[in-house]
Amino acid sequence: MTQDMIDIVGPIIPSLRRYARALLRDAVAADDLVQDTLERAIGRWHQRREDASTRAWLLTILHNLAINTMRRNNRRGVAVAIDAVEESTMATLPSQEAGLAQRDVLRAVAQLPEDQRTLLLLIALEGVSYAEAATITGVPVGTVMSRLSRGRERLRRLLAEPGETAARPMLRSVK
Amino acid sequence: MKPISDSDLQAYVDGALSTVRHAEVADYLDAHPMEAARIGDYIAQRDAVRAAYASVIDEAVPAELNIATMIATRRNGRNGTVVRLMQYVAAVIALLLIGGVTGWQLNTWNHPRDAGLPALAREAAASYAVYAEDTHRPVEIGANDSAALNDWISSRLNHRLAAPDLSGAGFSLIGGRLVPTDHGPAGLFLYGKRGRTQIAVLVRPMGAVDRNARMRLEHTDGLASYVWADDGIGYGVVGPLPATALHPIADATRQQAGQS
Repeated sequence: MTQDMIDIVGPIIPSLRRYARALLRDAVAADDLVQDTLERAIGRWHQRREDASTRAWLLTILHNLAINTMRRNNRRGVAVAIDAVEESTMATLPSQEAGLAQRDVLRAVAQLPEDQRTLLLLIALEGVSYAEAATITGVPVGTVMSRLSRGRERLRRLLAEPGETAARPMLRSVK
Repeated sequence: MKPISDSDLQAYVDGALSTVRHAEVADYLDAHPMEAARIGDYIAQRDAVRAAYASVIDEAVPAELNIATMIATRRNGRNGTVVRLMQYVAAVIALLLIGGVTGWQLNTWNHPRDAGLPALAREAAASYAVYAEDTHRPVEIGANDSAALNDWISSRLNHRLAAPDLSGAGFSLIGGRLVPTDHGPAGLFLYGKRGRTQIAVLVRPMGAVDRNARMRLEHTDGLASYVWADDGIGYGVVGPLPATALHPIADATRQQAGQS
């Protein structure tokens, strides 16, 4: 079992870390979440269905743990300093040329309701299929589609709000 | 050709369509510039999210997340179970002693009723007193729009829930609202019988105390309430009824909450 598990799970870990970081927007908390996920996965390895995708199975464990973590944080009212955190999680600094500034997008994603945010990240970031997303979040595929649709539209509106663009630094051309 | 649905457009963004269908959607978008702009925005969103986290994949995985090490540690952990158990027992005894002493000292100035189920019971009774007695506008959203009510409360509490159905006990939903408490927002659902409000159900996330707590009876200002907490969500069922009449209603609420 051991080698089997190392070979299958090892290559999935980077993707779990990415999803966790996007969900929690905190690199340390995200890795803690992945660690909890892996510990559970080791304990329940024999319960895994051979025919199902191991990645979807791991994401399901992670999703359930993440929901608890996020609700706990929410209850404590811990306000994550978005500006401080996002800078460190960003791959590249936002460029004015990019179609959408990453910082604005991440800020808007953070404002989505939890159910829409998790689905959007699973699908857009991790590229899971709609059927897998339904399994992971425990809702029917129809609900996945409607939440995804609502999430994307809400994100679009958030990004179109004038307040968002006004906060952006202005570039002035200097002659 | 099948008409283009919203699901087709979402799947277009995600590259989840067959080649044929993909081409059909592309044609449709060519003919509908407004839709094309919207879908273009979705694709830009997706790309921005991907770009923001792309580097995580290339980062070295921290040592704590090495799966081989984790499996090995777990195995050793089993062999050393007895030693660990003893250490654990010793640690628990030490913590209990510290906790007992500290708790005794804290007790003098930190009132225990400010948290956990007693606080929830007080908040439930206070909300009942304010809103159930209100003859003009007891609820913000009425029972006829219960889906919107459930969505609203769920999104503010960050927890999917629905107004319990108490018709089995003869009480019909009047509606509900969001109410402030010392522990953040709470959902309040009001129920009535023969046009009079008689039951209020208060739901909110628990703080650090009583995250899982058995149902118990509290009395606040002459109002009986049953309060409990499951998985960090606290419930209070309150009304000017005898405790014996309130208890089955609380049981029904708890049973439905467990199913959602």
